[in-house]
Amino acid sequence: MAAKTDLRRFTGFLPMTFVCLFLLYAPLIIVMVYSFNDSKSITNWGGLSLRWYEEVFWGVESAKFKAAALNSLSIAVVAAISATTIATMAATAMLRAGRFRGKSISFALINLPLMVPEIVTAVATLVFFSAIGFTTGYLTILLAHIVFCIPFAYLPIAARMQGIEDVYEQAAMDLYATRFETFRLILLPLMMPGIISGFLLAFIISLDDFIITNFVKGAGIETLPTAIFGSVKQGIKPNIMAISTLLLMVSVGFVTLSWLVGRMGQNKK
Amino acid sequence: MAGGVVEKSTSNTSTYAGLGVFMMLPAWAIIGFFLVLPVATMLIYSFLTKEFRGGVIWEFSLAAYDQFFFDRGLFGDDPARIEWTYILIFWRSIWQAGMATFFCLLVGFPTAWFIATRTGANKSVWLFLITIPYWVNLLIRTISMKFLIRDTGPLNEWLMASGLISDPIHIINTNFAVQLGLFYSYLPFMVLPIYASVERYNLAFSEAAADLYATQWTTLRLVILPAVKPGIIAGCILVFVPSMGAFLAPDLLGGAKNFMIGSLIEEQFKGNAGNWPFGAAVSMILLSMVLIVLTFYARQQGKEGAH
Amino acid sequence: MTDIAVDIIDLTKCYGDFVALKNVSLGIQDNEFFTLLGPSGCGKTTLLRTIAGFEDVSQGAIRLYGEDIAGLPPNKRPVNTVFQQYALFPHMNVTQNVMFGLLRLGQGDATARKRVTEVLELVQLTRFADRLPSQLSGGQQQRVALARALAPNPKVLLLDEPLSALDLKLRQAVRLELKQIQQDTGITFIFVTHDQEEALTMSDRIAVINDGQVQQVGTPREIYEAPQNKFVANFIGETNLIGVTVVDVSGGNATCTLPGGAQFTCPAAMGATAGPGHLSIRPERVAITAPETGVLQGVVARQVYLGTDMHIDITPTGGETITVRLQNSETTHIPGNGELVGLNFEAGSARLLVD
Repeated sequence: MAAKTDLRRFTGFLPMTFVCLFLLYAPLIIVMVYSFNDSKSITNWGGLSLRWYEEVFWGVESAKFKAAALNSLSIAVVAAISATTIATMAATAMLRAGRFRGKSISFALINLPLMVPEIVTAVATLVFFSAIGFTTGYLTILLAHIVFCIPFAYLPIAARMQGIEDVYEQAAMDLYATRFETFRLILLPLMMPGIISGFLLAFIISLDDFIITNFVKGAGIETLPTAIFGSVKQGIKPNIMAISTLLLMVSVGFVTLSWLVGRMGQNKK
Repeated sequence: MAGGVVEKSTSNTSTYAGLGVFMMLPAWAIIGFFLVLPVATMLIYSFLTKEFRGGVIWEFSLAAYDQFFFDRGLFGDDPARIEWTYILIFWRSIWQAGMATFFCLLVGFPTAWFIATRTGANKSVWLFLITIPYWVNLLIRTISMKFLIRDTGPLNEWLMASGLISDPIHIINTNFAVQLGLFYSYLPFMVLPIYASVERYNLAFSEAAADLYATQWTTLRLVILPAVKPGIIAGCILVFVPSMGAFLAPDLLGGAKNFMIGSLIEEQFKGNAGNWPFGAAVSMILLSMVLIVLTFYARQQGKEGAH
Repeated sequence: MTDIAVDIIDLTKCYGDFVALKNVSLGIQDNEFFTLLGPSGCGKTTLLRTIAGFEDVSQGAIRLYGEDIAGLPPNKRPVNTVFQQYALFPHMNVTQNVMFGLLRLGQGDATARKRVTEVLELVQLTRFADRLPSQLSGGQQQRVALARALAPNPKVLLLDEPLSALDLKLRQAVRLELKQIQQDTGITFIFVTHDQEEALTMSDRIAVINDGQVQQVGTPREIYEAPQNKFVANFIGETNLIGVTVVDVSGGNATCTLPGGAQFTCPAAMGATAGPGHLSIRPERVAITAPETGVLQGVVARQVYLGTDMHIDITPTGGETITVRLQNSETTHIPGNGELVGLNFEAGSARLLVD
């Protein structure tokens, strides 16, 4: 199509898109590049090296970061599994159970963790645990993570379920399947791409969280983001850039996976 | 075609009719117990008396709100004057969030339009590229930005090496640095809803406008913008609301002079100030403002839907 | 005396204030190809779905061979459905789809597989047993849906516009095939469609439905040739409605005054009464004559060329336009525009309707 007759085209929109992508990616790429910098000074380029990665895995602070990474990982796995299960049940209730008491308020409730500013959630959770005399630590982090992971798991699951016509379930019931069989044999397999996406997003959200964790973690326990934050407070050191790069790769890897799963699901349909 | 609206509508004997409450129960329980109840507790805490090393004494007090709005001198016995410190912090937060929203709109709208008007597989790849950075840890993104714009960071080094400037541009610890950080944090939130609106926009409207002698920019102003307004409003809210309560960008990029609400709250719990009721009160005020914005938005949505 | 397979007694279905089905009563006989025919939104699909169990009933009863099934969930009803868009499980291949119901009924794997082979042979899909639904054409998917519903050997098969997604050629071929399968298996078919031609060619009996009410039940011939009311006459085929004044109804015949004053006696639908009314007369049953020999006189308004036929619109004095269908042959005299002609028809071709 000739540019003159293309009504989609606005002068300057394409450059602006590139500006947008550049702004989004430049800082990340620079950190990735400088994580391979051999120089001790973080700004002067001293040649390629993996020394900061060695430092991360075997250096002075490695024990601290390894423990933090392990906490982050185990919390993310448990929180994502719990949130995905809860969200799947909730989506089934919202989209497949007709009318029931409290349905109208349920949607707002599920999305509440998205609407309340993170810092307010953090304060409220801390204050609540303190009021009921709960010692802050691993368990409080986990519970808080489950709560704010629910809407992130819910969105892709509900979107997927909305795309599945209920005629498949009717066909299954017509062919003598009980409601449980219908769920297990029809709805669950058809929803699987949504459930996997929901799980992966919840996992990343948990892995990435800083603010809420920072409030409810108590003393003596760190997740990767809080450990990094503590370290950055004394200035950005090259090993932080190496850790950041690793974490960045994990996030990008998971989101790409989630995206591919979602696309697979679409192609199947 | 076959079957009218009524016949197509989902049957009232839904597959899991009667099980709704049972399946909703875990979500209600978890969110109710660990979010709704905590917010209620926070509201109560904001009316209690402070304990000096953090925590509260269970005695009713309006001290937290009083401290926020009024200045009664060092010993609390001067006549009450309006306390500007905290109001200014709120005002700065609103201003910073507003500027960040403006920058996001400036960059986000053309991007969203461009992506939404691509065809086929291209579109989903572009969209994916825009969303990836959002999923990267906010802390890491903020650190990256800090690293990039420091006085001795790569940006200044290159600009000086290329001879464009002779002295480093001082960006870090300015208002602009915070705006840049917020912009960077929430840009995808602007792009995605606008994208969704543009997707639904029927290009035939543009054709009709062009047929009736409108230039591209007139079409944008008179036809496209009104049509995608819901997406723009949604995007602005999605950027503005979290920006207002942001903690990382102001803390890491803004320094001590550019305090925002997030840092003020954090200081009451983690820092030296250690005033829990006051922190709870500031949180309540922030939450109320956010809820007002969201209610306003929901009203607006309801009105649009009514047409 | 034949058995009643499905007995629908005084069935009413409401969605809030909207009444989708109003006091519907129908007796569908064993081994019958029964069609529910009506326009979009008339309630025919709702009726089918209440029999299947996907909609509950506001009032009334549904009996399957004497047993009330209105309260049973779909998986407890020995009826199966062929869905409009087939609803083949997209993650299962043809065999798994067809076997689904058999396994749920507790059949062993070997028995179920044997039955799957049988029904796939019946619908000539044996070669495609391992394909996924997405790898089949529309016609093949339709057969899988049929096979899946037939596999458990249901007492009654419900078909919800199963041909509407096929193209015209295929649709015509499948009609005959469906009818054949119904006769071979001896299963009662309840078939929903909005396509009158489909209904007329396949059905043993048809129920015409409009506005949630049954308008008429009868064989295809009865429905076409002896419509009960204006809706049925208009919906099935083309017809002329002539406004008349009914003088007297007795013994199934009505005497009425035609526009222009002539007296005419013809069969009357059950329940027709004296007063203003309408006669239905099909376009092919009207003959054009000399003005003085017709029961009606009128002026030719226009001619429409249809290939095999011609439609002549004639405006009678004091009445609405009447369409006459003439065969397009060299010997037929086609009157010109503005010509005064007479219209004549046999008493048996016309019918007084219930308004």
